Amino acid sequence: MLRQIEGSRAVGDAVARCRPEVICAYPISPQTHIVEHLSDLVRTGDLERCEYVLAESEFGAMSVAIGASAAGGRAYTATASQGLLYMAEALFNAAGLGLPIVMTVANRAIGAPINIWNDHSDSMSLRDSGWIQLYAETNQEAVDLHVQAFRLAEAVSLPVMVCMDGFILTHAVERIDSPAQEQVDAFLPRFEPRQMLNPDEPLTIGAMVGPEAFFEVKYLAHAKQMQALDLIPEIASEFERGFGRASGGLIRGYRTDDAETIIVALGSIMGTIEEVIDELREEGHSVGALAIKSFRPFPLDEVRLALGAAKRVVVLEKALAVGIGGIVSANVRMALSGIELDGHTVVAGLGGRPITGRSLRSLLLEALDGGLKALTFLDMDAELVDRELRRAGSGAPPGPHAESMLREIGIVAASSH
Amino acid sequence: MFQVRIHGRGGQGVVTAAELLSVAAFDSDLHSQAFPSFGSERTGAPVTAFCRIDQRPIRTREPIAEPDVLIIQDPTLLHQVDVFGGLRPSGKVLINTTRTVEQLGLGELLERSEPPTLLTVPGTELAREHLGRALPNAALLGGFAALTALVTIEGVERAIRERFAGAVGAGNVAAARAAYEFVADEVAEVAGA
Amino acid sequence: MPYKELKMYQTGTYAVGNRLLETDERTVQSRTDRSNSLTSGHRACQGCGEALGARYVLDAAMRASRGELIAANATGCLEVFSTPFPESSWQLPWIHSLFGNAPAVATGVAAALKAKGRDDIRVIGQGGDGGTVDIGLACLSGMFERNDDVLYVCYDNEAYMNTGVQRSGATPPAARTTTTKPVGAEPGNVFGQGKNAPLIAMAHEIPYVATATVAELHDLEDKVERAMEIRGARYLHVFVPCPLGWGAAAADTIKIARLAKESGVFPVFEAVEGRVVGVSKIRSQVPVEDYLRPQRRFAHLFGEQPDTEVIERLQAHADRNIARFGLLDDGPTEGKGLMEMLAESEHGPQ
Repeated sequence: MLRQIEGSRAVGDAVARCRPEVICAYPISPQTHIVEHLSDLVRTGDLERCEYVLAESEFGAMSVAIGASAAGGRAYTATASQGLLYMAEALFNAAGLGLPIVMTVANRAIGAPINIWNDHSDSMSLRDSGWIQLYAETNQEAVDLHVQAFRLAEAVSLPVMVCMDGFILTHAVERIDSPAQEQVDAFLPRFEPRQMLNPDEPLTIGAMVGPEAFFEVKYLAHAKQMQALDLIPEIASEFERGFGRASGGLIRGYRTDDAETIIVALGSIMGTIEEVIDELREEGHSVGALAIKSFRPFPLDEVRLALGAAKRVVVLEKALAVGIGGIVSANVRMALSGIELDGHTVVAGLGGRPITGRSLRSLLLEALDGGLKALTFLDMDAELVDRELRRAGSGAPPGPHAESMLREIGIVAASSH
Repeated sequence: MFQVRIHGRGGQGVVTAAELLSVAAFDSDLHSQAFPSFGSERTGAPVTAFCRIDQRPIRTREPIAEPDVLIIQDPTLLHQVDVFGGLRPSGKVLINTTRTVEQLGLGELLERSEPPTLLTVPGTELAREHLGRALPNAALLGGFAALTALVTIEGVERAIRERFAGAVGAGNVAAARAAYEFVADEVAEVAGA
Repeated sequence: MPYKELKMYQTGTYAVGNRLLETDERTVQSRTDRSNSLTSGHRACQGCGEALGARYVLDAAMRASRGELIAANATGCLEVFSTPFPESSWQLPWIHSLFGNAPAVATGVAAALKAKGRDDIRVIGQGGDGGTVDIGLACLSGMFERNDDVLYVCYDNEAYMNTGVQRSGATPPAARTTTTKPVGAEPGNVFGQGKNAPLIAMAHEIPYVATATVAELHDLEDKVERAMEIRGARYLHVFVPCPLGWGAAAADTIKIARLAKESGVFPVFEAVEGRVVGVSKIRSQVPVEDYLRPQRRFAHLFGEQPDTEVIERLQAHADRNIARFGLLDDGPTEGKGLMEMLAESEHGPQ
């Protein structure tokens, strides 16, 4: 049903259609509207046969999901940023135990300094936890990916996180076609657990495994993610047949076929990027864009095929590997091993700094001109940074960097000491 | 694409205004995108919300830097925050106030080339009258409907009633309708002048 | 009060034989049809109090739930010695997730069962003192606060034994552990505030809180049975000596547990919704010294010059327990709330 609705609410409705049996939630901006809406649906009886557990922390929430999933229940939770980190140990545990939990990550920056706005540092910091990571470009896709996620998770017995940009998507109200219960029921069968805590057939889950077998057990998670590389496109195709629209998959190219320069990105920024690509194409430039939708497993072959013929690749990322540079670009480079082309990393939008069409246009023109460096920080005030570094090196204790920089840009009143 | 930027303070329903506007546009079978710009949420702090309206699906998601229309829910922001930043030539501004444009100190805006159209509406007073509360957002949406053919006052009313039930909904609808008529008259005057 | 008073006509043994009882009054452990939930072959030390306690508790719980039981276990000795890959000693559905989340995992299992309409299947969460009072406390408190239908059992051997006997929040004052050695000015673990998990559980006013030791099997099993009759959050704190960690003889595990009770060091009681409803009185009080001497973790108190000051402080602590809980025949305690108990006895650190 077509509605004008907030992204979070639509995601909540979609999760409810998937008939979860246990929802465990701990609030954190900007995921709150999702868990609040699900709470309403459980309370009013709209969502039946579902237990809603208000956890005492994110670590508690993921642990509740682990117990629920191990007992054969379809389990769901949502978090962001600091909360995702707080459940880090449990994330690895869930993946290692092969529990098909689905979680929404409302992408948000990680402190310090504390920041509630969007970037990808949270999910990127846990890219190796063993969880499958899918990135939504629009709220419609966020809705669709949750439905696909439960199907995928239960098919490979691995947990799946659906990443959607915090505030930009979660708090945007837009036109969304919400799936109907019958459609979801036809697409998503009942949860048939591969392992289950059951008094009729007792088994031991979570045994200690020494050097004799750990390697093999751990490798299984990787093997399952490799299986997912085949399954993700299959599920996306089946979704398209059942729901009438394209959603998900491993990658999506936009005007890449004959493009000399391709910009690569994840998530909602693709919308703004497409507008810029269209504009530049009008002006005769050979440009295209590639969205990576499945970041884990990383679709090495598909990325190589999509980018291999280009002369220049610009990876735009909303996260920074402190001490080295790009995260997504490192993965993209791996896909392009042996192929020679001009590769550029652009870190942008950290902590919610808006990425404008205008800046993207300048960026791409600079790239086309051959003037783009290997690593760029888009719209970052380099002078402000330099001044702060000089201050810090000048002898007297400089105080917290955040305070002095904010004072410089005039946000903090300089009067109080 | 038509871009609207709404300025106000926390607690005045700025975010809801943008959302309802997008629902009204949806009602006219248009694509629409509404989202807030967040500061720390606290009552009284400046809040900005955005709404894009278009015939085709809307892809871009950056904050609106060049609005076609500005809605100013709280005139105390006028000389504190750069509410007019990026306003397109010949753009429209709807201000919630009982004072005149000159009294607000905005005369110099009218001296620009391709000056904006500045319209006022006593949104807070209308809200107090019809709703019993000083919450002007519905009134301003009603006023907005008189500024453009993209949304209809009926669409605005439907959006309000969908969100607010019973007496609250009815009160907001009445305020919107009153503001619509006020601004429609103003527009006609300006056109005639 | 679930312990049986029996007239003993036999001397020279501490064991109460089940043959003095009617068949239906005998312990679960004495029955051939017991579940053996934690069956033989595990790698626990000789004389391990925790292995004993876990076997007693789970078999009693299996009987009470007619075999419909799922266990969630924290990381620790119990988990490690029972599941050396590829073997497992567990004969019931059992999950180990992490160190600090056993109560939350148990909550999750219970929630899934409830969603499926299978709350005939019961849930036990279990862990050692470290996993319960330190790293798992937030999850435990959350489970209590929500009144989730879980029986949580803490096997308290008063230190992080699995990792090599480091001090935990449950380690008593003066005890030697690898991180509280009796070197320098302090005699082993410092006299701090202590962290009384049963009282913390009582402060949550949950349906049932009880303490027990491996020295009194009937009492322990009765408490498990009583707990299993109740729905909601329940907490059982079991005192389990660790021969290796405490430096005690493997054969002395049960004796030391009894001495802990008889000296007042470990009060044995039950509480419902924050009020004490029964205590296991001291039958024949012994001085704290009798409890301390058989354990090398207290050996530094008994050299050429015994550390009388510390021993007196430990005695005072035991005396405070006796007064608080009315462990000697004088003084009724039934119905006392937590606040009253705390108010009546001397405040302050141990």
